[in-house]
Amino acid sequence: MARLNLVKALNLALRQEMERDGDVLILGEDVGVDGGVFRVTEDLHRTFGSKRVIDSPLAEAAIIGTGVGMALYGLKPVCEIQFSGFAFQCFHQIENHCARYRMRSQGRFHVPLVIRMPYGGGVRALEHHSESEEQFYAHIPGLKMVIPSGPRNARALLVSAIRDPDPVVFFEHKGLYHAAREEVPDESETLPIGRAQVVREGGDLTLIAYGAMLRVAREAADVLAAEDGVEAEVIDLLTISPLDRATLVASVQKTGRAVVVHEAPRSFGPGAEIAASIMDGAFLSLEAPIARVASWDVPYPGFAREKADVPDLARVLAAARRTLAF
Amino acid sequence: MPRTVLEPRFQVEYLSILDSEGSLDTALEPDLSAEDLKRLHRAMLLGRRLDERMIRLQRQGRIGTFAPIKGQEASQIGAAFTLRPSDWMVPSFRETAAMLMRGWPIETLLRFFAGHLEGGQPAPDQHDLPITIPVATQLPHAVGLAYAAQYRGDDVVVMTFFGDGATSEGDFHEALNFAGVWHVPVVFVCQNNQWAISVPLKKQTHSRTLAQKALAYGIPGLQVDGNDVLAVYAAAREAVARARAGDGPTLIECVTYRLGMHTTADDPTKYRTAEEVEAWERKDPLTRFGAYLQKKNLLEDGLIESIDAEIAAAVERFEALGPPDPLGMFDHVYAERPDHLEHQRREAAATPADPGPAAPEPPAPSPPMRGQRTTRR
Repeated sequence: MARLNLVKALNLALRQEMERDGDVLILGEDVGVDGGVFRVTEDLHRTFGSKRVIDSPLAEAAIIGTGVGMALYGLKPVCEIQFSGFAFQCFHQIENHCARYRMRSQGRFHVPLVIRMPYGGGVRALEHHSESEEQFYAHIPGLKMVIPSGPRNARALLVSAIRDPDPVVFFEHKGLYHAAREEVPDESETLPIGRAQVVREGGDLTLIAYGAMLRVAREAADVLAAEDGVEAEVIDLLTISPLDRATLVASVQKTGRAVVVHEAPRSFGPGAEIAASIMDGAFLSLEAPIARVASWDVPYPGFAREKADVPDLARVLAAARRTLAF
Repeated sequence: MPRTVLEPRFQVEYLSILDSEGSLDTALEPDLSAEDLKRLHRAMLLGRRLDERMIRLQRQGRIGTFAPIKGQEASQIGAAFTLRPSDWMVPSFRETAAMLMRGWPIETLLRFFAGHLEGGQPAPDQHDLPITIPVATQLPHAVGLAYAAQYRGDDVVVMTFFGDGATSEGDFHEALNFAGVWHVPVVFVCQNNQWAISVPLKKQTHSRTLAQKALAYGIPGLQVDGNDVLAVYAAAREAVARARAGDGPTLIECVTYRLGMHTTADDPTKYRTAEEVEAWERKDPLTRFGAYLQKKNLLEDGLIESIDAEIAAAVERFEALGPPDPLGMFDHVYAERPDHLEHQRREAAATPADPGPAAPEPPAPSPPMRGQRTTRR
């Protein structure tokens, strides 16, 4: 057991999976000698060599495209896209091929590929370095879309993603890389992909969040308890797709009220699918419309305006109070 | 400082062994057994006859849009012939002749073009990827397969096919670049059939050849007469041997011609002249190779009849299959079906779609592929 930040926890997952399974490779820009621009792959090159920790040429489509080929052969590549904002240059490989090979070949082939991408804002970064684009991947049948919220679940989910027989897009929030340390057990552990966690129990309101927004949701729950005498249940989604509808529905059947928080722009974002799923499963329990707190429907406005764009405590509290007062 | 010339200078070779006039360069003539020559010929003829049959099946509404290969038999067969079953082949959507040579059953190809998912399933022991439709996107897969084979220490070569239009796509350049840097055993076979739907080669690239694009990536590039099966075979054999020996990738440009339409949804008279097509018909790869075999007394009697019978039997088996189970679409999305798909499957089962008439009457027109015009002159 060691206290690790998110970067070290992810590094531990990669190291242990590479030790466990010789088919696991790392592929991406600057992942080798440099250890990745966020140091997630630090020292792996030294341990496992350049055949397994591959400093690729600078080309996102070929990183994913060759990763697909390696996976079709039976290897388990973990591809790193340096920033999720650059993934549109490989989006066709993800949508056209990663997600579809199992279907296209009727089970003869599958693509056990993990695509790691740093995402999210709040790190004073330029355009294409601060966006949240999980909704694009969550929409694609055949893909799994995972977003951890802290070091321990990040480590466990990355291990699960590497062992998963299907392609997994794995988002890591840049703001969380060094935000906090957690006790992470030395021995490997997994978390089931497709399962959300209730991280705070409550009967009055359900707050649904993931990634860096989980911290905001938890803070909101604390404030609501202290100032409003309201007990909010907080759900950490962990997997965006396939969505754990059962956990969401069970919570809202109890609370009757829900607020979804995410950094992706509001329209057609994960909140829309979450709200529709709750409507399907808990319509008669609902006491108020489901609220969505999300970034506005604008392109990334630059970090000087970012705080007005990305949901914060005040906006989550305001939405929660509107929902409670409805 | 004066400008200096960097060495080495590059050159691109062109290889032709048996030309359209029937003259043969005996010094370059590959040493193929009579059996191999007959196999090559049969495979080319099977590609041609199936092509013609597929077009008729499409016109009758019995299959959907189909991309014919007529004119490109030598490029495909000459190249694929050099692979072992343990090697991998990564096709685009215009490689039916090569796919047949690699062991894809005719009825599986029929199923593919009839819109059955089952048409994309290679046999368990087959080292072939299914048809890839988005242009050039299969090239990085071939490079990844080759990397994996090399990583595992397997004696495997990967061959991938694509057209002249594909060389304008980023994935082509990224794939060649990665292959060069990684020095992996992959052979890129470009079937330069002169037309990417309606866009001629001269609008596709300002390069004198497509083969020379390899040179920028530090790998050998060779242009061959793509209608000369002996030349394609000789070039591919050399490239495959180079890959197998650990000496890295090769780009082969087969200069050939798409005698038919881009797909069955296309009317090529709109964009090219009859004279141009006739000129290429005189370079038909089958005519040339047939004459060569005749001189060697290797032409088999009844070959066309036996091929047609094989095709007819496959069409019969395909049509006996009937429509696929609609709920099969839920079977291979993930390794394990998630809850929401299980629910959707039940919902779909409870509200089955109207199957429509048993046979479309009149035949439904096939939708166009990739930016195709739908109007006809």
